[in-house]
Amino acid sequence: MTTISKIRYSRRSMLKTGGAALAASALPAPMVWGQESKNIVLRQFGTGVSNLNEVATKVKEDLGITLEMTALDTDSVTQRAATQPNSFDIADIEYFVAKKVWPSGNLQAMDASKIDNYDKIVGTFRDGKLTPESTIAQGTAPHTVGFVDGPNGTEFADNESGWMTLIPTIYNADTLGIRPDLIGRPIESWTELLNPEFAGKASILDISSIGIMDMAMVCEAMGEIQYGDKGNMTREEIDKTIAIFIEAKKNGQFRAFWKTFDESVNLMASGEVVIQSMWSPAITAVRSRGIPCVYQPLKEGYRSWGGGIGMSAALSGMELDAAYEYINWYLSGWVGGFLMRQGYYSAVPETSKAFMSENEWGYWFEGKEATDVITSPFGDPLAQVGEVRDGGDFYSRMGAVACWNSVMDENQYMVRKWNEFVAA
Amino acid sequence: MTKQVTAWLQAAPMAVVLLAFLVAPIIMIVIVSFWGATEYSIYPDFQFDNYAFLFGSPVTYTVFFNTFYYAGITWALTLVIGFTVAYFLAFEVRSLKWQIGLFLLCTIPFWTSNIIRMISWIPFLGRNGLTNSTLISWGIIDEPLEWLLFSDFSVILAFVHLYTLFMVVPIFNSMMRIDRSLIEAARDGGASGWQTLRHVIIPLCKPGIMIGTIFVTTLVMGDFITVRFMSGSQRANVGRLISNDISLLQYPSASATAVVLLVAVLIVIGLLLRLVDIRKEL
Repeated sequence: MTTISKIRYSRRSMLKTGGAALAASALPAPMVWGQESKNIVLRQFGTGVSNLNEVATKVKEDLGITLEMTALDTDSVTQRAATQPNSFDIADIEYFVAKKVWPSGNLQAMDASKIDNYDKIVGTFRDGKLTPESTIAQGTAPHTVGFVDGPNGTEFADNESGWMTLIPTIYNADTLGIRPDLIGRPIESWTELLNPEFAGKASILDISSIGIMDMAMVCEAMGEIQYGDKGNMTREEIDKTIAIFIEAKKNGQFRAFWKTFDESVNLMASGEVVIQSMWSPAITAVRSRGIPCVYQPLKEGYRSWGGGIGMSAALSGMELDAAYEYINWYLSGWVGGFLMRQGYYSAVPETSKAFMSENEWGYWFEGKEATDVITSPFGDPLAQVGEVRDGGDFYSRMGAVACWNSVMDENQYMVRKWNEFVAA
Repeated sequence: MTKQVTAWLQAAPMAVVLLAFLVAPIIMIVIVSFWGATEYSIYPDFQFDNYAFLFGSPVTYTVFFNTFYYAGITWALTLVIGFTVAYFLAFEVRSLKWQIGLFLLCTIPFWTSNIIRMISWIPFLGRNGLTNSTLISWGIIDEPLEWLLFSDFSVILAFVHLYTLFMVVPIFNSMMRIDRSLIEAARDGGASGWQTLRHVIIPLCKPGIMIGTIFVTTLVMGDFITVRFMSGSQRANVGRLISNDISLLQYPSASATAVVLLVAVLIVIGLLLRLVDIRKEL
């Protein structure tokens, strides 16, 4: 059953009710639209990161749109976007996934002129530069897959063409998570992941496209390999990288690999692992259990990712309008504030500011000392007075991105080598 | 003539169900295994690339070896445990009421989901888990045992835990059908307990053992989630290879692997059925 049929049904039933037919036809158009938007259902899917029930509740309250959310893991998200175009209206995917999914024709380009806050979107997602002086990091930088050349464009455009593939929603700079209480000394470099000191106590994520990047950060930091582009390796570079990690695996460096958010939290919280690839909210989850855990900034920089929402190619008419309305609402600040208070960044930070206290804005965005206890939107205390965010302010974190999550030309080869690593 | 028609009609519903839900999907998998794939789509084709890669890659052999390794060890352990439990239930417990009661007790863990039963081992076996802290407090070990979790040990432990019942049930069933007078006759003939077991009970339990074996080997060989969770993703069997391919949209390559696995499992079952003619024994 599609949402279209739901709407038709409700419209018909509305018309059927005694006398309503006359009244409805007599009403001016905007009123009818208002009536209808209450019945609109948008089906959104994405990773657990941003598919939060709070967002659905709030959008129902503000716009009357019903948002049906499905949370999946990264691989399943790609799979659904590419193979089940009729199962969704809004796809909440990562930029590097867009590179894979766009050619399938399941998404439609969005008209930037209909996006109210387009001009305020952070430069990273428009021309690729966070500040005019920024250099663009390696990998699939969001702006390279953020635009297509027209409403039905199939090729990615290298400029702000006005037709967007995804509207950026959240993004962050990822690094290694550590247990400072169990390590007991400063950690400064990605090389520490393979330090024999942590044999049997390290972990890496088993999602090949992201895991290979973390591996590359480590190999480059060790001085073993100089990459042309970590986000688009040659076969030789892939071979060397995997070989180094297979050797480490055979030497018992890793306790486990993780594939889902919960697994990474449990590995860290239970002390099975003291250093591993990790995602920001996982750190928050460990800390909220009262266990010390640090999202350690490293001198080689961060591996970064960005997510955005895209519209199904099947969307049209009233639902398409509702989708634009939803996207504009998304960028208008409430969601941004909600996500930033969990440690992510919003694509339009300045609108989010209004939805955060001065203390929260200072701590999360400006890297200032907390003047009061910082709590997550769910009420868990995350930082005490005087603490500062790991890695500092927005510009020093997002400005130190060494590489973006990406899809390589040699992806298939890389995946096969990855299987070798897992089976080794 | 009418008799024949009736027979056909009686067999038809089952045949239709099997055709639609077993044969057709398998044919589909075989067809797709010859297709080609891009990053985001699959296209009809007739190529041997998927198989060529599969047989040319050392990963395939490692992974198939692991699959048989897990299946073999799990089979041996579930057989010994399952046989012992069934023997106890069938011959040591005298009253039918107790037999049924104890048998039901064996099934209680199956009221919870497979995954829950598996995952509950993780806090138990972990570095700071119950086993390690108990052993340390008893002074048996000084350092926590690392190999308890995320190792072949934990994978096989979970398999044995999950699948022993599949061995108990058919063996118990076979044992209950053994005519008690045969055992009395063996004793009267001067056979010792061991001799009775070897020459009377085990041969008569063969069909049960065989059915249990088929259950356990097919379950273990087709598994991917137990291996993933209990090894902390560090070990791979064929199921994991297939699930990795599927998650990366490589359906043709996943299909090819599935076809090879299916053939391997069928060969194993074929060999087992040569050892015991289940139909005759039933």
